[in-house]
Amino acid sequence: MIVSFTLNGRSRTVEIEPSTLVADLLRENLNLTGTHVGCDTSQCGACVVLFDGEAVKSCTLLAPILDGGTLTTIEGLSGPGGSNALHPMQEAFHQNHGLQCGFCTPGMLMTAVALATKNPTPTEAEVRRGLEGNICRCTGYQNIVASVLAGAAAMHAPGSGE
Amino acid sequence: MSNVIGIGAAPRRKEDFRFLTGRGNYVADIKRVDMTFGVFIRSQHGHAVIRGIDKVPALALPGVHAVLTGDDVAADGLGSLPCGWGIHGSDGLPMKEPPFPMLAQGKVRFVGDMVAFVIADTLELARAAAEAVVIDYEVLPSVVGVLEAVRPGAPQLFDDVPNNLCCDWELGDKVAVATAFKKAAHVARLSLVNNRLIGNPMEPRAAVAESNGGTGHYTLWTTSQFPHVVRFLMSALVLKIPEQKMRVVAPDVGGGFGVKQFHYGEEAVITWAAKRVGRPIKWVADRSEGFISDRHGRDHVTEAELALDQNGKFLALKVVTLANMGGYLSTFGPNIPTNLYGPLLSGVYTTPAIYCNVKVVFTNTVPVDAYRGAGRPEATFVVERLVDVAAKEMGIDRVELRRRNIIAKESYPYQTPVLVEYDSGDPMGCLEGALAEADVAGFAERKAASERDGKFRGLGYSTYVEACGLAPSRFAGRLGARGGLYESATVRVHPTGQVTVLIGTHNHGQGHETTFAQIVSEKLGVAFDNVDIVFGDTDRVQFGMGTYGSRSLVVGGAALSKASDKVVLKGKKIAAHLLEASEHDIQFEAGVFSVAGTDRSKTFQEIAGAAYVPHDYPLEILEPGLEEQAYYDPVNFTYPGGCHIAEVEIDPETGIVALEKYTAVDDVGTVINPMIVEGQLHGGIVQGVGQALYENAVYDDVSGQLLSGSFMDYTMPRADHLPNMTIKTHSTLCTHTPMGVKGCGEVGTIGSPAAVINSVVDALSHLGVLHVDMPATPNRIWRIIQNATMPLAAE
Ligand code: FES
Ligand code: FES
Repeated sequence: MIVSFTLNGRSRTVEIEPSTLVADLLRENLNLTGTHVGCDTSQCGACVVLFDGEAVKSCTLLAPILDGGTLTTIEGLSGPGGSNALHPMQEAFHQNHGLQCGFCTPGMLMTAVALATKNPTPTEAEVRRGLEGNICRCTGYQNIVASVLAGAAAMHAPGSGE
Repeated sequence: MSNVIGIGAAPRRKEDFRFLTGRGNYVADIKRVDMTFGVFIRSQHGHAVIRGIDKVPALALPGVHAVLTGDDVAADGLGSLPCGWGIHGSDGLPMKEPPFPMLAQGKVRFVGDMVAFVIADTLELARAAAEAVVIDYEVLPSVVGVLEAVRPGAPQLFDDVPNNLCCDWELGDKVAVATAFKKAAHVARLSLVNNRLIGNPMEPRAAVAESNGGTGHYTLWTTSQFPHVVRFLMSALVLKIPEQKMRVVAPDVGGGFGVKQFHYGEEAVITWAAKRVGRPIKWVADRSEGFISDRHGRDHVTEAELALDQNGKFLALKVVTLANMGGYLSTFGPNIPTNLYGPLLSGVYTTPAIYCNVKVVFTNTVPVDAYRGAGRPEATFVVERLVDVAAKEMGIDRVELRRRNIIAKESYPYQTPVLVEYDSGDPMGCLEGALAEADVAGFAERKAASERDGKFRGLGYSTYVEACGLAPSRFAGRLGARGGLYESATVRVHPTGQVTVLIGTHNHGQGHETTFAQIVSEKLGVAFDNVDIVFGDTDRVQFGMGTYGSRSLVVGGAALSKASDKVVLKGKKIAAHLLEASEHDIQFEAGVFSVAGTDRSKTFQEIAGAAYVPHDYPLEILEPGLEEQAYYDPVNFTYPGGCHIAEVEIDPETGIVALEKYTAVDDVGTVINPMIVEGQLHGGIVQGVGQALYENAVYDDVSGQLLSGSFMDYTMPRADHLPNMTIKTHSTLCTHTPMGVKGCGEVGTIGSPAAVINSVVDALSHLGVLHVDMPATPNRIWRIIQNATMPLAAE
């Protein structure tokens, strides 16, 4: 079947099997390997992307649902193609050492951006609860939580453009 | 020169950018032209004879290239997976070492054991073909627990390993310990279980292999912590491919924690299969597949006794442990519960006599090997739990009992009765520091507040030491290592003065690209941004041993420091020539070579340029080029350690244990990058908290099935389980590593389980509880509370 949607700011039309998962579509068909797959039970959050602004687990989402929607992956979070400008949340993870091996990082960032968009001034407890669906084995979460708090503040700072 | 960022600074990490922007290059991201896909068929039985395998229906399906089994492995005359350690039993005999075939031969010994490999054009076709392979099993009884496995009449995994006993190992002075126990005023006794864990790095294991029919070369991309060791073991011992024709690449790897530091059968099978089918092959483990095939960790059953005099001085320690090896010996398997366990039983204490006996036992479970800490968390847990039990029984305050037995700072170097000599340390300083940081003085008030809410609050201490920087080859060789444990580094200075470092360790989250660049920046005076670190590719980097055992900075960093020193020496020769001075009069400081006592000088960059433009070189005494290599073999382990204090609150209604506060004051020697050290501590501590409160790998003892085989059954620590931790360092310098470093990768995981369980027991001590096994789940805690408070109602 044919599915048309906006992917990282560009409109895309792809031909897929109806049973294709969004994670596989991104990684295998579109070569966007920044979205990771860390489990097969929808538990880890490594695959989180933004679909119409909502953080969703792309390993559990069937691709036909994308039709007419807007998808943002980690590759679309920073400036447009080739730009090295980081999104404020990415910059916050960098400044606060919010990543080690980097495998959970794309999912963490997408979850964090959605969280901070909905709740511009989250508390530490709200951030910890908000990351409940994302597992990180490396960081012990402390610096991720600090990153999300800093990133949320930066996203909503005057002049941040967010 | 400007922009030097050296030792002790905390620059943000160089490696972050690619990960933040989705541009990491993990094995699962790799695509090759004409690539096929492989699926492993794994045993669904804990123990069974393979009576036959019918490949025909699978091979008849479209797009299927091959179904390979143990018979094909045998027909090609391939070797089995080697064990890197050969330990000896107390009888002087070598451990029993049955072969570990890369695909099962005649029998399967655990759920997940590999039976066949199916290769097809797409993953879907390979999965369908795997379903179509018919395997005829004769199911045998399984044994999964160590106590059951050594009992007479237990199912036997191997015909030539009676009682499933791989090795009966011992360490220490049995007679001295028996004598000391006779004199003891008190003996504290404890039976405990160290729960089986699954490392679960977030990136599942994966491999891509291809062979070039034209040149006879092979390439394997694999999620490994030590690509050179994989190449060596696989080419020399398993597949018998010329080592120079084999390239192993471990690109970005999404966490390791030990799980990826073994040579896995999948690596050998896929490389061999790529040649047989003549196409590149990709295999990526599902998480469920990882649960039943990634090597597991821990799994001990222990009886321990501590003898004390009337003042609470430790007289002797006796520890008897049964350690689960699983179905086969993995790469480091038998080393972990013996050499990395017994020698740590002295802890930070002056215990004069120690005896340790470890029975290493085969069972129908996933092979057990190193997982972050590997042997040392188990030793720390025994010692630190036993100290608390002794304190309680003797009515001595827990901190006071520790103070009476801790090795004084002045007593270093300190020779323990269990082989190792601690070079440096100040455990008392760490203890005092942690007491202040954790606000122990305010605990009584916090406990009273909890009580007013109907909750139980507890405080737990762990004063501990570990051995890391694996490892002095001479020492390891005596203990049974079949290889060396040095590390290598090459510092390649380019004509521009910019630097590429080639190092044999592997970075999979530890921040090496940053830390190592700081070392070079400081030592050579070059800008931090002008140093790149290369690792993980056997075609680019000289032989190296990889990353595990908190060795990368301690051993690899030392090699890097040594290679940098060699660059300076060579630079001095070049400078002497250019400045027409004697080499001995050349000084090097902050990136400038100068003639002592003059203003004549050359920058590092000028020297680098001259090294590659040798128009007027005295070629008989000076070679062109500026590139130096060093191998470093440590003279001793390093001994980081410290004091961790956990504070928990337990809700007796639900049994839920909430970790309220966590404080760590650690001695990790010289700190190169404090931000990275703190991050390593955070992650390490949370893995230990996971063991203490959440994680448990459970097998069904009848069927041998892994019951905790997904993230729904195996509880991983999550953000909302945890408080913010307080991490401080209280460092003494290692006396034998070049920069005084001790390593920090595992300390968190080693110190924390004991601190957490000690706090849980403390919270329940008013109920007469002396010990709680890990993990302290709500169910377990609720039952303990029910049994203690309603003895008549408890069934
Ligand atoms: S891959 Fe784990 S939740 Fe999607
Ligand atoms: S940074 Fe490695 S899993 Fe989160």
